Amino acid sequence: MQAYATATPWEALGDPTRRAIFERLVEGPSPVNDLARGLPVSRPAVSQHLKVLKGAGLVVDRQAGRHRIYAVDPTGLAQLRGELELFWSKTLAAYKAIVEQPTEEDE
Amino acid sequence: MSTQTEPTAIHAQIVVEAPIERAFRVFTEDFDRIKPREHNMLGVEIAETVFEPRAGGRVFDRGVDGSEFQWARVLAFEPPDRVVFSWDISPQWQIESDEAKTSEVEVRFIAEGPERTRVELEHRHLDRHGEGWPSMRDAVDSEGGWPLYLQRYAGVITPA
Repeated sequence: MQAYATATPWEALGDPTRRAIFERLVEGPSPVNDLARGLPVSRPAVSQHLKVLKGAGLVVDRQAGRHRIYAVDPTGLAQLRGELELFWSKTLAAYKAIVEQPTEEDE
Repeated sequence: MSTQTEPTAIHAQIVVEAPIERAFRVFTEDFDRIKPREHNMLGVEIAETVFEPRAGGRVFDRGVDGSEFQWARVLAFEPPDRVVFSWDISPQWQIESDEAKTSEVEVRFIAEGPERTRVELEHRHLDRHGEGWPSMRDAVDSEGGWPLYLQRYAGVITPA
Protein backbone atom coordinates (compact mmCIF):
# COMPACT_ATOMS: atom_id res chain seq x y z
CA MET A 1 0.00 0.00 0.00
CA GLN A 2 1.05 3.58 -0.48
CA ALA A 3 1.72 6.01 2.31
CA TYR A 4 -1.41 8.15 2.38
CA ALA A 5 -0.81 10.74 5.06
CA THR A 6 1.75 12.71 3.07
CA ALA A 7 -0.43 13.77 0.16
CA THR A 8 -0.80 17.48 -0.45
CA PRO A 9 -4.25 18.77 -1.41
CA TRP A 10 -2.90 19.08 -4.93
CA GLU A 11 -1.98 15.40 -5.05
CA ALA A 12 -5.11 14.35 -3.20
CA LEU A 13 -7.40 16.12 -5.66
CA GLY A 14 -5.42 14.97 -8.67
CA ASP A 15 -7.38 11.73 -8.62
CA PRO A 16 -10.81 11.96 -10.30
CA THR A 17 -12.50 9.64 -7.78
CA ARG A 18 -11.17 11.63 -4.85
CA ARG A 19 -12.26 14.84 -6.51
CA ALA A 20 -15.74 13.35 -6.92
CA ILE A 21 -15.81 12.35 -3.25
CA PHE A 22 -14.60 15.77 -2.15
CA GLU A 23 -17.18 17.54 -4.27
CA ARG A 24 -19.96 15.41 -2.78
CA LEU A 25 -18.75 16.33 0.70
CA VAL A 26 -18.83 19.99 -0.27
CA GLU A 27 -22.58 19.54 -0.68
CA GLY A 28 -22.85 18.22 2.87
CA PRO A 29 -21.39 15.79 5.42
CA SER A 30 -21.90 12.14 4.66
CA PRO A 31 -21.13 8.66 6.03
CA VAL A 32 -18.88 6.39 3.99
CA ASN A 33 -21.73 4.14 2.88
CA ASP A 34 -23.64 6.99 1.31
CA LEU A 35 -20.52 8.20 -0.45
CA ALA A 36 -19.83 4.73 -1.84
CA ARG A 37 -23.33 4.54 -3.30
CA GLY A 38 -23.37 6.10 -6.71
CA LEU A 39 -19.62 5.87 -7.15
CA PRO A 40 -18.09 3.11 -9.27
CA VAL A 41 -15.72 2.04 -6.51
CA SER A 42 -16.03 -0.23 -3.49
CA ARG A 43 -16.65 0.97 0.05
CA PRO A 44 -13.10 0.04 1.18
CA ALA A 45 -11.75 2.01 -1.77
CA VAL A 46 -13.81 5.02 -0.74
CA SER A 47 -12.40 4.68 2.79
CA GLN A 48 -8.87 4.72 1.42
CA HIS A 49 -9.62 7.79 -0.66
CA LEU A 50 -11.06 9.49 2.42
CA LYS A 51 -7.85 8.75 4.31
CA VAL A 52 -5.90 10.56 1.61
CA LEU A 53 -8.26 13.53 1.70
CA LYS A 54 -8.01 13.61 5.48
CA GLY A 55 -4.21 13.42 5.36
CA ALA A 56 -4.22 16.37 2.99
CA GLY A 57 -6.30 18.42 5.42
CA LEU A 58 -9.31 18.59 3.14
CA VAL A 59 -11.80 16.58 5.17
CA VAL A 60 -12.46 15.76 8.81
CA ASP A 61 -14.40 12.87 10.32
CA ARG A 62 -16.37 12.21 13.47
CA GLN A 63 -18.05 9.18 14.93
CA ALA A 64 -21.86 9.35 15.15
CA GLY A 65 -23.29 6.16 16.62
CA ARG A 66 -22.22 3.31 14.37
CA HIS A 67 -21.33 5.62 11.53
CA ARG A 68 -18.30 7.70 10.76
CA ILE A 69 -19.36 10.97 9.20
CA TYR A 70 -17.02 12.77 6.85
CA ALA A 71 -17.18 16.48 6.12
CA VAL A 72 -15.14 19.15 4.40
CA ASP A 73 -12.52 20.49 6.81
CA PRO A 74 -14.19 23.49 8.48
CA THR A 75 -11.07 25.57 8.83
CA GLY A 76 -11.01 28.39 6.38
CA LEU A 77 -7.47 27.90 5.22
CA ALA A 78 -8.07 24.28 4.30
CA GLN A 79 -11.16 25.31 2.35
CA LEU A 80 -9.38 28.10 0.60
CA ARG A 81 -6.57 25.74 -0.27
CA GLY A 82 -8.94 23.10 -1.56
CA GLU A 83 -10.76 25.59 -3.71
CA LEU A 84 -7.60 27.12 -5.11
CA GLU A 85 -6.14 23.67 -5.75
CA LEU A 86 -9.12 22.96 -7.95
CA PHE A 87 -8.80 26.33 -9.65
CA TRP A 88 -5.13 25.88 -10.51
CA SER A 89 -5.58 22.24 -11.42
CA LYS A 90 -8.12 23.18 -14.03
CA THR A 91 -6.17 26.21 -15.16
CA LEU A 92 -2.95 24.28 -15.75
CA ALA A 93 -4.78 21.47 -17.54
CA ALA A 94 -6.37 24.01 -19.88
CA TYR A 95 -3.00 25.67 -20.36
CA LYS A 96 -1.31 22.40 -21.31
CA ALA A 97 -4.00 21.64 -23.87
CA ILE A 98 -3.62 25.07 -25.46
CA VAL A 99 0.17 25.36 -25.42
CA GLU A 100 0.58 21.93 -26.98
CA GLN A 101 -1.73 22.65 -29.88
CA PRO A 102 0.29 22.34 -33.07
CA THR A 103 1.39 25.65 -34.54
CA GLU A 104 1.33 26.31 -38.27
CA GLU A 105 4.96 25.29 -38.80
CA ASP A 106 4.44 21.96 -37.03
CA GLU A 107 3.30 18.82 -38.79
CA MET B 1 7.67 12.17 -4.29
CA SER B 2 6.71 13.44 -0.89
CA THR B 3 6.17 17.14 -0.59
CA GLN B 4 6.45 19.09 2.62
CA THR B 5 3.05 20.52 3.27
CA GLU B 6 3.18 24.25 3.72
CA PRO B 7 -0.24 25.38 4.85
CA THR B 8 -0.04 28.93 3.57
CA ALA B 9 1.02 28.08 0.03
CA ILE B 10 -0.10 25.88 -2.81
CA HIS B 11 2.31 24.35 -5.27
CA ALA B 12 1.37 23.02 -8.65
CA GLN B 13 3.41 22.12 -11.66
CA ILE B 14 2.97 20.76 -15.13
CA VAL B 15 5.34 19.78 -17.94
CA VAL B 16 4.34 20.92 -21.39
CA GLU B 17 5.71 19.95 -24.78
CA ALA B 18 6.62 23.43 -25.93
CA PRO B 19 9.73 25.63 -26.02
CA ILE B 20 10.10 27.94 -23.04
CA GLU B 21 9.41 31.13 -25.03
CA ARG B 22 6.14 29.75 -26.34
CA ALA B 23 5.25 28.34 -22.91
CA PHE B 24 5.63 31.78 -21.34
CA ARG B 25 3.91 33.62 -24.17
CA VAL B 26 0.86 31.36 -24.21
CA PHE B 27 0.44 31.51 -20.45
CA THR B 28 0.30 35.29 -20.41
CA GLU B 29 -1.13 36.17 -23.84
CA ASP B 30 -3.72 33.41 -23.89
CA PHE B 31 -4.65 33.66 -20.23
CA ASP B 32 -8.09 34.50 -21.50
CA ARG B 33 -8.48 30.95 -22.80
CA ILE B 34 -6.75 29.30 -19.85
CA LYS B 35 -8.61 30.74 -16.90
CA PRO B 36 -11.75 28.76 -16.15
CA ARG B 37 -14.51 30.94 -17.56
CA GLU B 38 -16.99 29.93 -14.87
CA HIS B 39 -14.84 31.67 -12.26
CA ASN B 40 -16.80 34.80 -12.76
CA MET B 41 -17.26 37.52 -10.19
CA LEU B 42 -19.06 39.84 -12.55
CA GLY B 43 -22.81 39.80 -12.67
CA VAL B 44 -22.70 39.12 -16.39
CA GLU B 45 -20.91 36.74 -18.74
CA ILE B 46 -17.20 37.31 -19.24
CA ALA B 47 -16.32 38.51 -22.71
CA GLU B 48 -12.58 38.29 -22.14
CA THR B 49 -9.84 38.18 -19.53
CA VAL B 50 -7.09 40.74 -20.09
CA PHE B 51 -3.56 40.13 -18.84
CA GLU B 52 -1.48 43.26 -19.35
CA PRO B 53 2.04 41.95 -20.10
CA ARG B 54 4.19 44.21 -17.95
CA ALA B 55 5.11 44.80 -14.32
CA GLY B 56 2.44 47.09 -12.93
CA GLY B 57 -0.08 45.78 -15.43
CA ARG B 58 -3.55 44.66 -14.49
CA VAL B 59 -5.38 41.38 -14.89
CA PHE B 60 -9.10 41.76 -15.26
CA ASP B 61 -12.23 40.14 -16.58
CA ARG B 62 -14.36 42.21 -18.90
CA GLY B 63 -18.04 41.39 -19.01
CA VAL B 64 -20.16 41.37 -22.14
CA ASP B 65 -21.72 44.62 -20.94
CA GLY B 66 -18.32 46.31 -20.64
CA SER B 67 -18.04 46.05 -16.85
CA GLU B 68 -14.66 45.10 -15.46
CA PHE B 69 -13.45 43.05 -12.52
CA GLN B 70 -9.78 43.59 -11.82
CA TRP B 71 -8.59 40.70 -9.70
CA ALA B 72 -4.80 40.87 -10.02
CA ARG B 73 -1.82 43.19 -10.38
CA VAL B 74 1.24 42.05 -12.31
CA LEU B 75 4.11 42.27 -9.81
CA ALA B 76 6.91 40.90 -12.00
CA PHE B 77 7.04 40.19 -15.72
CA GLU B 78 10.28 38.54 -16.81
CA PRO B 79 9.87 36.60 -20.05
CA PRO B 80 10.50 33.78 -20.57
CA ASP B 81 11.37 32.79 -17.01
CA ARG B 82 8.91 34.16 -14.51
CA VAL B 83 5.72 36.06 -13.90
CA VAL B 84 4.29 37.09 -10.54
CA PHE B 85 0.86 38.51 -9.95
CA SER B 86 -1.25 39.35 -6.93
CA TRP B 87 -4.48 37.57 -6.05
CA ASP B 88 -6.88 40.32 -5.06
CA ILE B 89 -9.81 38.03 -4.40
CA SER B 90 -11.14 37.52 -0.90
CA PRO B 91 -12.28 34.14 0.40
CA GLN B 92 -15.81 35.40 -0.29
CA TRP B 93 -14.86 35.76 -3.96
CA GLN B 94 -15.14 39.52 -3.81
CA ILE B 95 -12.57 42.07 -4.87
CA GLU B 96 -10.06 42.64 -2.06
CA SER B 97 -9.05 46.27 -2.12
CA ASP B 98 -6.70 46.05 0.87
CA GLU B 99 -3.39 44.93 -0.61
CA ALA B 100 -2.24 43.72 2.81
CA LYS B 101 -4.92 41.05 2.58
CA THR B 102 -4.00 39.72 -0.83
CA SER B 103 -1.91 36.69 -1.70
CA GLU B 104 0.36 36.25 -4.69
CA VAL B 105 1.03 33.78 -7.46
CA GLU B 106 4.44 33.11 -8.96
CA VAL B 107 4.77 31.10 -12.16
CA ARG B 108 8.24 29.91 -13.16
CA PHE B 109 9.17 28.46 -16.53
CA ILE B 110 12.12 26.06 -16.68
CA ALA B 111 13.37 24.65 -19.98
CA GLU B 112 13.80 20.89 -19.74
CA GLY B 113 14.72 20.65 -23.41
CA PRO B 114 14.33 22.61 -26.63
CA GLU B 115 10.70 21.51 -26.89
CA ARG B 116 9.83 20.86 -23.27
CA THR B 117 9.16 23.24 -20.40
CA ARG B 118 8.31 22.66 -16.76
CA VAL B 119 5.89 25.20 -15.34
CA GLU B 120 5.96 25.61 -11.57
CA LEU B 121 3.22 27.57 -9.89
CA GLU B 122 3.22 28.78 -6.31
CA HIS B 123 0.23 30.53 -4.78
CA ARG B 124 1.58 31.84 -1.49
CA HIS B 125 0.79 34.00 1.54
CA LEU B 126 -2.70 32.56 1.72
CA ASP B 127 -2.72 33.43 5.41
CA ARG B 128 -2.99 37.10 4.44
CA HIS B 129 -6.62 36.39 3.55
CA GLY B 130 -7.08 35.29 7.16
CA GLU B 131 -9.71 37.77 8.23
CA GLY B 132 -12.15 36.35 5.74
CA TRP B 133 -12.08 32.85 7.14
CA PRO B 134 -14.85 33.00 9.74
CA SER B 135 -17.32 34.49 7.29
CA MET B 136 -16.16 32.02 4.71
CA ARG B 137 -17.04 29.26 7.13
CA ASP B 138 -20.53 30.75 7.40
CA ALA B 139 -20.79 31.00 3.64
CA VAL B 140 -20.01 27.33 3.30
CA ASP B 141 -23.15 26.52 5.24
CA SER B 142 -25.34 28.75 3.12
CA GLU B 143 -26.79 27.60 -0.14
CA GLY B 144 -25.51 30.47 -2.20
CA GLY B 145 -21.98 30.34 -0.89
CA TRP B 146 -19.05 28.15 -1.52
CA PRO B 147 -20.98 24.89 -2.10
CA LEU B 148 -22.88 26.44 -4.97
CA TYR B 149 -19.68 27.79 -6.38
CA LEU B 150 -18.00 24.40 -6.23
CA GLN B 151 -21.03 22.65 -7.62
CA ARG B 152 -20.85 24.88 -10.65
CA TYR B 153 -17.21 24.02 -10.80
CA ALA B 154 -17.85 20.31 -10.42
CA GLY B 155 -20.24 20.46 -13.32
CA VAL B 156 -17.41 21.49 -15.58
CA ILE B 157 -15.04 18.73 -14.57
CA THR B 158 -16.53 15.91 -16.53
CA PRO B 159 -15.23 12.39 -15.97
CA ALA B 160 -13.09 11.01 -18.77
